[in-house]
Amino acid sequence: MTAVEMSVRPATVEAPASSPDQPTGTEAGWVVVCPYDWLEPERGAAALVGDRQIAIFRTHDGNLYAIDHYDPCCGTYVLARGIVGTRGDVPTVASPMHKQAYDLRTGACLDRPGVSVRTYEIRCRDGLVEVRCP
Amino acid sequence: MTRHLVVVGHGMVGHRLVETLRAQDTAGAWRITVLAEENRPAYDRVRLSAWFDGEDLDLSPVDGVEVLLGEPAVSLDPQARTVTTPRRTLAYDALVLATGSYPFVPPVPGRDLTGCFVYRTIDDLESLAAYARGRRRGLVVGGGLLGLEAANALRRLDLDTCVVEIAPRLMPLQVDEAGGAMLRRHIENLGLTVHTGRVLARIMGRDGAVRRVVFSDGGVLDTDVVVFAAGVRPRDELARAAGLAVGARGGVVVDLAGRTSAPDVYAVGECAQIDGRVYGLVAPGYAMAEVVADRLLGGSAEFPGADTSTKLKLLGVDVASFGTTEGPLDVTVTDPSTGVYAKLVLSDDAKTLLGGILVGDAHAYGTLRACVGAPLPAPPLALLAPDGPPAAGGDLPDTALVCSCNAVTKGTIVTAIREQGCTDVAAVKAGTRAGTTCGSCVPLLKQLLASCGVPASKALCEHFDYSRQELFDIMRVRGITTFSQLVAEYGRGRGCDICKPVVASILASMTSGYILDGEQAALQDTNDHFLANLQRNGTYSVVPRIPGGEITPEKLIVIGEVARDFNLYTKITGGQRIDLLGARVEQLPAIWRRLVDAGFESGHAYGKAVRTVKSCVGTTWCRYGVQDSVGLAVALELRYRGLRAPHKIKAAVSGCARECAEARGKDVGVIATEAGWNLYVGGNGGFRPRHAELLAKDLSTDELVTLIDRFIMFYIRTADRLERTAAWIERMEGGLDYLRSVIIDDSLGLAAELEAAMARHVESYVDEWRATLEDPERLRRFVSFINAPDVPDPSIQFTVERDQPVPVPIGRPA
Repeated sequence: MTAVEMSVRPATVEAPASSPDQPTGTEAGWVVVCPYDWLEPERGAAALVGDRQIAIFRTHDGNLYAIDHYDPCCGTYVLARGIVGTRGDVPTVASPMHKQAYDLRTGACLDRPGVSVRTYEIRCRDGLVEVRCP
Repeated sequence: MTRHLVVVGHGMVGHRLVETLRAQDTAGAWRITVLAEENRPAYDRVRLSAWFDGEDLDLSPVDGVEVLLGEPAVSLDPQARTVTTPRRTLAYDALVLATGSYPFVPPVPGRDLTGCFVYRTIDDLESLAAYARGRRRGLVVGGGLLGLEAANALRRLDLDTCVVEIAPRLMPLQVDEAGGAMLRRHIENLGLTVHTGRVLARIMGRDGAVRRVVFSDGGVLDTDVVVFAAGVRPRDELARAAGLAVGARGGVVVDLAGRTSAPDVYAVGECAQIDGRVYGLVAPGYAMAEVVADRLLGGSAEFPGADTSTKLKLLGVDVASFGTTEGPLDVTVTDPSTGVYAKLVLSDDAKTLLGGILVGDAHAYGTLRACVGAPLPAPPLALLAPDGPPAAGGDLPDTALVCSCNAVTKGTIVTAIREQGCTDVAAVKAGTRAGTTCGSCVPLLKQLLASCGVPASKALCEHFDYSRQELFDIMRVRGITTFSQLVAEYGRGRGCDICKPVVASILASMTSGYILDGEQAALQDTNDHFLANLQRNGTYSVVPRIPGGEITPEKLIVIGEVARDFNLYTKITGGQRIDLLGARVEQLPAIWRRLVDAGFESGHAYGKAVRTVKSCVGTTWCRYGVQDSVGLAVALELRYRGLRAPHKIKAAVSGCARECAEARGKDVGVIATEAGWNLYVGGNGGFRPRHAELLAKDLSTDELVTLIDRFIMFYIRTADRLERTAAWIERMEGGLDYLRSVIIDDSLGLAAELEAAMARHVESYVDEWRATLEDPERLRRFVSFINAPDVPDPSIQFTVERDQPVPVPIGRPA
């Protein structure tokens, strides 16, 4: 198990030239959200891409995941604020409202069969986190 | 068609009948009226002397029952099927006599003098306590169970106490001569005087009040108070007058179904004579109540016979007897060094246990009682060894009575565990009622769970096999300060919403540092992560600390202005402070900047932490107050603010016994007395309300603070995740007595360490919100969107209700 170092957001990094209204990206559909280092390990952040609210996560192994910020179990935009962890081998986030866990890879709710949220493609390029919005 | 049941009597057995019938009468066949002679709801008479400890003796009320307090039945007409009280006549379809018994007062001249009492009801105790104030000597007539309880009461009232028993030994019905002698040693060591084999001839008075007693042998003894506790007699006068059959020595005659000689009239408990006997114990009464409840619902239950086993703590001395106490063979142990006497009665082949007596140490009672009639599970001396009998639960026959109070057999318990999925003691209690009355069989319940293969799982979650307390010890001893190290060395995976906040709480208790630095931030639940409380629409609430509920007009104005400027909804909380609701994440720093500048600090409403210390106005204003409750509440709240714990901790201080601060509903409750402070612990409201229990009396402020320091720190170190203090104390073996030994007598030698840990917390406290505002790095998490930090979440909308903003629901939950 690797020990995780908390990375402090470098004060010198300027906010990327993206805005919710005019998504910019290097390829079709990909939108730059923030520098990778802005994401705290094992914590989520909400991003506004177009008019879509997306929860993005950086897990302890450095992987990135993106799912809806909207939690269908409570009908509120909160998933990015949940606790990140694992269930078996599955990387998860637990809704901060009533603790239902979601599979970060597939968006499936592990505690409510049939409930799921959508997932989004996410990657890190040149130190920047990008999300692909359909 | 609903039928009408009238229950005459509102004691423990009558209450049990009503409770059982209500639970089993799912079709609602019966409407129930209870006639209560006393002016108070049913209470636990078995523990009457605990009234002096301020304990709550009330039995939990039963819904859907009409109880007429202070309204005894005065006549019964079985032909007309009516019963009459001083206020009305009620028609019944069935009637249950549960009138109990009255204290027997021997016909001694002088028994009507002022200063003579009986010992039966709370009213008796109240008048006894009032009369005893300022007097010196008390005498109890009767050296049985009730007499020794009464002697304890006199001792608690600071009287020099003496006990007079006609028989040659104490507790003649329960123990043999050697046991009685050992009991006498214990009681005399407490400073009481014991007279056995002596009879009172006369009570003499001066000015109509008791002054002295004269014995039949001519001896005299000065005393100010006489309490008659020489047995009870069945209250059968109502039945007698109505022409029902009564026994030669009293008691309404009933058959094994609880039926009297009149149609549809039943009798239960101490007023009934069943199978030719009148029982003065609660367990046979409960058994009768359950039989009659079953019969009322068309069942065919019969009285199974009574187990007269008893285990009591009298004057702090364990006394128990079970099964038969005389028999063909016996093994006895008499140890004057420890004050223990034990006798096991065996069958003539010395293989089967028939009964026994335990004085001075009754820890083996639960196992031994359940073994009556069964082969001895171990050699007798091993069974009586001080470290407890070997685990015997699994070896008992299915018919063994594990809980004699509620007549629950081993077979019933095993079925509950195997087939109804009861996996812990609490579930077994709820499912079978075993262990819910005197609790002496709880260790046996644990053994039965283990023997059924239910592991006593302490595992916190799938990531750790340890309990919170064990993780606390591991982290403290190994000096582990990160979740990553802990999960790598002692767990698996990367944690979850259960274990991460637990580790965060332990780290907060160990280090007292800022809770959101480094890796610790990722462990926190959203409330601690944003230092605010998440609400249903994704906004947060803000609760500034208002110590003791005391606030200046200037500060009130600031709260009002902040709420107005940020369009927040305001509400007064139950903890005497003000909740501001509807703040978006990105607004929190600006709101707190205004509050901190005005001198407010975090109220920690978002944390599993010390919340508030509520108070009444005390001597400062109140014409009844006896101590400065506000001053103490403010000091306590400032002392413990910010302290993280397994669950929230609430406290209150009342300035007099009127208890306006509702301190007994708190984890830590302080009530002022003329002499200082009484400390109560383990109360809570919520899902399962509970009154706090008295831990210590008449403390100085310094003593009080020391005990609270130790109590809270001990709780923080040893409680389970999300376990309030009430459940924590309930789970402790030995309960409040054990807690008292740790907190007051320092039996574990922990007191200095607990106090030092609290001193470290007090010294290192900093306001979390001030610390957050002072550090730009810490402020960075308070954004709505990482790529659009100042854009409000468009889904959050408000409407206006009663002139304040309230959330508009966003989506429809799945």
